[in-house]
Amino acid sequence: MRAPTPSQTIGPFYGYALPFPGGGDVAPVGHPEAITVRGRVYDGAGEPVPDALVETWQAAPDGSLAGEPGSLRRDPVTGGFLGRNGVDFTGFARVATDADGQWVVRTLPPPAALPYLSVCLFARGLTRHLFTRAYVDGGAAGDAVLSALPEERRGTLLARTEGPRAYRFDIRLQGPGETVFLDFGTGGES
Amino acid sequence: MAPTQDEISAEIAAARESTARAVAAGGVPPSHPGRDYPPYRSSALRHPRKPLLRVGADPEAAEWHGPVFGVTDITALDADLTRQHQGEPLGERITVAGRVLDRGGRPVRGQLVEVWQANASGRYAHQRDQHPAPLDPHFTGVGRCLTDDQGAYAFTTVRPGAYPWRNHTNAWRPAHIHFSLFGTAFTQRLVTQMYFPGDPLFPYDPILQSVTDAAARARLVAAYDHRLSTPERSLGYRWDIVLDGPAATLPDPEEDH
Ligand SMILES: [Fe+2]
Repeated sequence: MRAPTPSQTIGPFYGYALPFPGGGDVAPVGHPEAITVRGRVYDGAGEPVPDALVETWQAAPDGSLAGEPGSLRRDPVTGGFLGRNGVDFTGFARVATDADGQWVVRTLPPPAALPYLSVCLFARGLTRHLFTRAYVDGGAAGDAVLSALPEERRGTLLARTEGPRAYRFDIRLQGPGETVFLDFGTGGES
Repeated sequence: MAPTQDEISAEIAAARESTARAVAAGGVPPSHPGRDYPPYRSSALRHPRKPLLRVGADPEAAEWHGPVFGVTDITALDADLTRQHQGEPLGERITVAGRVLDRGGRPVRGQLVEVWQANASGRYAHQRDQHPAPLDPHFTGVGRCLTDDQGAYAFTTVRPGAYPWRNHTNAWRPAHIHFSLFGTAFTQRLVTQMYFPGDPLFPYDPILQSVTDAAARARLVAAYDHRLSTPERSLGYRWDIVLDGPAATLPDPEEDH
């Protein structure tokens, strides 16, 4: 096995490089089943984190995990961004938190068999990204991740319904209500 | 009061010694930084205190697959950071090239590689970077490309400058290029920084030194490669990247021809 390249913090200045227009608009334009998932990222003092980057990845409603290209379609004429084509479902969102620490993703509901958005979080001050999951509608019965957790921590992975087709998923990096973060196995280290 | 370099350097040394002791006692040398790394002051309130939940291998889970990118997600000019404006940027023109592999040595094909960096003076084209070094109207410092069938990537750019930051008094970042990478699975996601060989700022920098194992730190430093230099044009650096984490289940490379 080759030794992996170490992680380094994303730092404060990724904002003109990584986010792209429509980064949170994963659902096809005008799709009647689109849902909104939004939340704030908080630090250990309970303050919003205004310079985090949130990425989400999920199965398509039909269960496919193949994804589609075109999340950050580029314009070869101007060198700018074209935006998504409004039809394909890439399954991938990338959103920088705003000045109040908030992020918003408009997507399609994940399928019942994989009822979550996989969330990857980057921030200045975070030496290595963190993974978590935002389960929509309570998750599936017998889910290996949810059932491995004590009741009081399980709730940190459940996106809360806050309206019709609207969910809230806050991420607490540290302290009371600290979000459960996931380790997918990286050479015996976490 | 902001800590001095001597105080930060003492903390850096303590963390390195702690890792060296653990490795000498038979521990696995850690490749990645700990998320709780006091010399990097911003980590204090931004790391979880509870242990992460270990998730067993599950090829059916979303994370064992990942986002895909294609020809629509890049333009040809995206990989040449020196040609994105009407004029040529100031600075020493360089080529940075290498391969993206998984831990099994298999090339990561057709995946997105993104870079961003300061200009030759050490200034980012970012409104919040108030370092009083000049902006360069001919340099933004953002690039992207897709890896080819061998997992290879290449960028043409200028060598970034070192720059100050406010972690402690007289804190300076060694010159570096930020990289963002995707593998065949979301578990392999990586954001990191590439450094240049022989930089005298290495021992003072708590971000590079957050990788507390010397061999692992060396993997963040590119090698000067004369074969990548082009006559009358640019100096070449080679930097290969190995993505951690379980890859998606793919055909055995031996059978993959
Ligand atoms: Fe930087």
